[in-house]
Amino acid sequence: MRAVKQFARLLFSLAITALVGGFLTAALVRLSPGFGVDENELDPARDVAALRALQAARPERSGFWAYTVRHEAALFRGDLGISRNWKRPVAGLLNERWRVTARLMAVGILGGWALALIFVLPSLVYPSRIWDALAAGVSGLLLCVPSAALALLIFVYAGPARAVMALAVFPRVYQYLRNVMSHAAAQPHVMAARVRGISPARILLWHIVPVAAPQALALAGVSVSMAFGAAVAVEVICDFPGLGQLAWKAALARDLPLLLTLTMLVTLATQLANALADMLSGSPSEVRA
Amino acid sequence: MTLLRKIAWLFLALLFVAALFSDRIAGASYAHQFRDFPSAGSSWRFLLGTDALGRDRLARLLAATRISLLLAPAAALFSTAAATLIGGLAGYCGGLADRIATRAIDLMLSLPWIFLLIAARAILPLNVSPATSVILTFALLAALGWAAPARVIRAGVRDMRDSDFLLQARACGCHGFRLVARQLAPNLKPVLIAQFWTSIPLFILSEANLGLLGLGVADPLPSWGNLLRELETDLSFNPGIVACLALMLAVLACFRLLLPSSSLD
Repeated sequence: MRAVKQFARLLFSLAITALVGGFLTAALVRLSPGFGVDENELDPARDVAALRALQAARPERSGFWAYTVRHEAALFRGDLGISRNWKRPVAGLLNERWRVTARLMAVGILGGWALALIFVLPSLVYPSRIWDALAAGVSGLLLCVPSAALALLIFVYAGPARAVMALAVFPRVYQYLRNVMSHAAAQPHVMAARVRGISPARILLWHIVPVAAPQALALAGVSVSMAFGAAVAVEVICDFPGLGQLAWKAALARDLPLLLTLTMLVTLATQLANALADMLSGSPSEVRA
Repeated sequence: MTLLRKIAWLFLALLFVAALFSDRIAGASYAHQFRDFPSAGSSWRFLLGTDALGRDRLARLLAATRISLLLAPAAALFSTAAATLIGGLAGYCGGLADRIATRAIDLMLSLPWIFLLIAARAILPLNVSPATSVILTFALLAALGWAAPARVIRAGVRDMRDSDFLLQARACGCHGFRLVARQLAPNLKPVLIAQFWTSIPLFILSEANLGLLGLGVADPLPSWGNLLRELETDLSFNPGIVACLALMLAVLACFRLLLPSSSLD
């Protein structure tokens, strides 16, 4: 019953996001400067009748509410509109590029988590100040470098560009994961297990990981958002034809229909990931705080 | 205060003074072009060399530092104030206001930060003056950066709302503004300070990312982002880029050292 309720809440939340996002997209596009102006209308050679014919041929000239309602209806039919810059359907552009971003994000999330676990787990089993200081130093250093600069540095030295994603996700995951795991390791039942002489590996697997798992799962949901953020910089700098690069090109070309629809879809994807993580962990995420 | 924190304060203070008097220290304005010395290497005259347009890199680096050290804290102050208002009201009033604010915060937090910044930057005019572009960039950061602090502040206020000392204050006849100003605000101060300090490095990094993507501060005004962008065309790792990276790392590390230890957890 609880799972059904959570699922219903998730669907409602996604629908509200789509509705609000669609409204904001339509409103911003409709109110943007130059909306509905055809380049041909600026041609002084055309007479009044030709200009009127051009204006009549443009359905976008409708009022604010009519445009917004039509946009919302089209959105819920799966029609994401036409890109002004590429003169192509937005859905087609997204379809061409989402795989590149998905692959980059998978590398980033898996790599970032692997690095974080490499630094966190040994210090739980065999606590070492040197190892902790090394981990804190590496993650602190990476936190202080903008992901775009990191991508640029690795690109200049012809390093593995995809590794930037992992390096961008790692420090953020590490900070939370270390806190969650350390908190779980300090619980009285873990101390009792240590006193009883249970092996460190067994303590980790049976006494620490299960306690930290719900929050770690919630963190996994949040790392999708982190990876999306890093993907923009990596795709732009390293020339990966993904959604981040598409958003950047749309921003430079002021292609608002594409950019805002893309932002809304990324938000939906992030919300979905967060909600799934919450459902799997069985509790609302507190990591985002 | 630990020795490291004292050093961090001293370093930031010295850097801030140096950045304020950048023209005098470098001997030239950040926009002045030495047309006879384009792409010059390090020398006594130009400690970090000049860029392709003959502008002194040291002057530009110090001016960029001034922009970051002045405007990032200003943006952090604004976003913390907005977060206090939204989070504080939500936590204190509870009920419908709390539910609406929580939904809005959740929505803002699920938006990937850089996507939101790019979209917001694209909606604003691109052909603005350099001074306007720098103010716009940091104003955007301030306007969009309130959600995470608001969540923490809301949680803090909600905990305090049901606390014994507030109950006693109410019982003694302390209500309304007096209750907020005398009881709530002083107890919330550590949380607000932590959120303020946490926001500064975040805004500096975001501005650098935007600048590197060409959507930040417009030329000829320098920023750490557009100084690092030189790497795209100059792969030789000139001293200006190394100094810019090192300075940014040092400043962000100092801000991290100054964070209250509770906010790191």
